[in-house]
Amino acid sequence: MGSEKIFHALYNDDDILLSAVKKIKDNHYDIEEIYTPFPVHGLDKVMGLEPTRIAIAAFIYGCIGITVATLMMNYIMIVDWPQNIGGKPSFSYLENMPAFVPIMFEMTVFHAAHLMVITFYLRSKMWPLKEAENPDPRTTDDHFLVEIHTNKPEGALKKLLRESGAVEINEVKDKVNNNE
Amino acid sequence: MYTFSNRFKVFSLALIILGSLGWFYSYSKSHLTIEEVKQLLAEESHHGSHAGDSHSMNYQNEKHHNEGVHHLEPHSDALTHGNDAHGHDAHGHEDEHAEHVLHQIHNRPYAALYVAAFFFMMISLGVLAFYAIQYASQAGWSPVLFRVMEAITYYLLPGALIVLIIAIIGDKHIFIWMDPEVVAHDKIIQGKESWLNKNSFIIRGLIYIGGWSLYRYFSRKLSLAQDKAKDNKNFKRNFQISAGFLVFFMYTESMMSWDWIMSVDPHWFSTLFGWYVFASMAVSGITVIALITIYLNSKGLMSYVNDSHLHDLAKFMFGFSVFWAYLWFSQFMLIWYANIPEEVTYFVTRIEMYPIPFFTMFCLNFIFPFLVLMNSDYKRVPIFIIMAGVIILIGHYMDVYMMIMPATVIDRYGFGIAEFSSILIFLGLFLLLVFYSLSKEELLAKRNPMIKESENFHY
Repeated sequence: MGSEKIFHALYNDDDILLSAVKKIKDNHYDIEEIYTPFPVHGLDKVMGLEPTRIAIAAFIYGCIGITVATLMMNYIMIVDWPQNIGGKPSFSYLENMPAFVPIMFEMTVFHAAHLMVITFYLRSKMWPLKEAENPDPRTTDDHFLVEIHTNKPEGALKKLLRESGAVEINEVKDKVNNNE
Repeated sequence: MYTFSNRFKVFSLALIILGSLGWFYSYSKSHLTIEEVKQLLAEESHHGSHAGDSHSMNYQNEKHHNEGVHHLEPHSDALTHGNDAHGHDAHGHEDEHAEHVLHQIHNRPYAALYVAAFFFMMISLGVLAFYAIQYASQAGWSPVLFRVMEAITYYLLPGALIVLIIAIIGDKHIFIWMDPEVVAHDKIIQGKESWLNKNSFIIRGLIYIGGWSLYRYFSRKLSLAQDKAKDNKNFKRNFQISAGFLVFFMYTESMMSWDWIMSVDPHWFSTLFGWYVFASMAVSGITVIALITIYLNSKGLMSYVNDSHLHDLAKFMFGFSVFWAYLWFSQFMLIWYANIPEEVTYFVTRIEMYPIPFFTMFCLNFIFPFLVLMNSDYKRVPIFIIMAGVIILIGHYMDVYMMIMPATVIDRYGFGIAEFSSILIFLGLFLLLVFYSLSKEELLAKRNPMIKESENFHY
């Protein structure tokens, strides 16, 4: 794709951004990525992204958590070192289960939360010491950036972007900031 | 605007009449003589432990007697409502036992009626609190549902008065501390007499009901006036009284749960009982809002209700189910762990005599809604909400049942004509009043300042 060009369109309002994205999509341009200073409600739907599967992952992580807690408490309190607490020296996990419920609950939440965050980081290709992919630091403050890859004529695209409310349109020549 | 069709009216009236007939039948059946009871007991021991359809077990009956001693209940007989419990010398053990069973059988129709009456009153009260929260927090999503909530709370005044009347008529059949014979021999109840006496019970009951009904009356009036008003004065006033009501409600709801439920076991107490009952109330109330909204929506009467509103209601159903389970377990775990005799009898009675309903109730109220409503997409699908809602309502009926029955009929429990017809009576009355109220006004609070936001609400 030697003729492919990259454009950055900047917006300064999330509502304008939403309608602009709709317009760009209607005109069959490919939006590579959008950088925003905060999560924009409904942006994923307009962009046509697939629904997130993090919820399914969270459920699985929760199940892992409750299993770990059960095995752990069974080993600690029943197998390895049974203790007489509150007159309940029964050597059975099931009979002592109510006492372990808070731990099971906490471990479920712990695993679901931490593994979800880690999954999210990995899925977003973020890890320690990674250099920022952000093409324009203003997107961390008050600007919204839409990155478009196209090999269609640039005049029509620029006109469309300007009409959609872009405050700035840049063509990206070198790929210094672009890790792709 | 909703019209209350004649067919629906006749249907609800038929439920009431059918239920009343059934209840009086079971009531007349419960008047056995002591000879008949002895015969019954003899038959039961003859047939082994599973006797008849009343789930009664002779073995457990005996066990209960031993338990009384085991758990240092100073007056184990008090639990069985035996007002002649101290005739030890006159009767043998056999006679005494038959006497207790006789009392338990007598108590059953009263207790069944009380459980059903309380359950439907609880739905209405839960909705009233939820409604007040919507006003006090000035929630933007819910005003389209206000007329449904107001209609459900229409049942509160008659429903709560009926609960109080049944409590007074039921007297010692439900509340053992209303029996002077028992109190005379019970030091613990004597110590609580300044709170647990009939007069102050009635006065307190009337104060609760009066306060709730006054709020309901004025809030509804202001809500209707807002529709015709030019400014938002009525709305602001409603906001103020809703906030005030919530303070009143927090106290009275808790005291109501001590009076109307916890005192059936007058020796036992739990400090988070009020919250626990409130969780039941809120979840059943929100479930009923969701069910009625889906019903009206299916008739095309509430086209402005979209699936985001349902989603929010289902989130509340899910959330309050978890909250209920949290409180239920918190109460259980502390008592189970500490194992203090006067506290732990409460759960010993329930787990040993009611093992199946006790654990079934927990599954229905927590595990089922938890799994069904966990998925975000399912919360928008009416059929899932209806399914989870029906299970939640059955579960919370069982919850109330588990609060009242073990203290009144002990092990002579079951789900028979008495319970079923009591539900029919109050279901009929509930439908009649709620849908009558729905048909009185337009279903959209059209001049509520939040109504635009609510109509356009999307998640």
